[in-house]
Amino acid sequence: MMARFSDPFEALLNMQRALDRSKLSDWLGHTTTSHGSYPPVNVFQQGDDLVVTAEIPGVKKEDLDISIKRNQLRISGKKEVDYGENLSIHRQERTAGSFDRTFNLPQEIESDDVKAELKDGVLSLFLPRAEKDRAKSISIE
Amino acid sequence: MSDSNILDTMEKRELESEQEKTVPGKHYVPYTDIFEENDALVVVMEIPGVDRNDTKVHVDKGILSVEAKINHAQYDGLTPVYTEYNIGHYSRSFNLSNEIDQEGITAKTDDGVLTLRLPKSKDAPPRRIEIS
Repeated sequence: MMARFSDPFEALLNMQRALDRSKLSDWLGHTTTSHGSYPPVNVFQQGDDLVVTAEIPGVKKEDLDISIKRNQLRISGKKEVDYGENLSIHRQERTAGSFDRTFNLPQEIESDDVKAELKDGVLSLFLPRAEKDRAKSISIE
Repeated sequence: MSDSNILDTMEKRELESEQEKTVPGKHYVPYTDIFEENDALVVVMEIPGVDRNDTKVHVDKGILSVEAKINHAQYDGLTPVYTEYNIGHYSRSFNLSNEIDQEGITAKTDDGVLTLRLPKSKDAPPRRIEIS
């Protein structure tokens, strides 16, 4: 299942189809806290490495805590919605609160080389596969 | 941890519109808070993944519409293996209940949250009616 983006107009549509297809896949099996925990994540493969993204609009960088140990990834933090006083609310749909989620990834991660990026409310984690976890090719004598 | 509640995951709401969009793909309805201050209406929308420059805000004939395009180039070369949410553009419009001073509208984005401040028109100040 490759999402190839040759046609710029179809790129998003193909991406959305690919995301829908892998929804409910058992790739992480029973190793995560399963669907329904905040924040929802997407896991992508990039060569040997993994990229995990999560939409966390309104969460500030300093309120976010990410830790990794071997193959265990933990994302926790809090989201605040505060508008002050002396106002009348017309519509309230955004939610606030704290979250804490741990995954067991199916491969070991080189924790020193993990990169995290928070841009426009989307958290992206670049998780390189640990060197000792990489497949070695065996030459036949 | 403080007494704050635990966040629930909300499934993204897909846009239901009478007219189809000219571009294919799913559009989503951003979660929005609207509140009123003494002199302005403030609209706060969650549009994660949208660059500041890809957000279009229009006010026309009392209808506020926001179109936000996500940049999916960042997903180039990535193969999805496990997904819990889909990505897509955001689109939403509201009928404004107040007269708005169009010149004075200000917008800012912060961590994927768009805040629009729509000052009430000076020409139509709210009139408080005393009940005798």
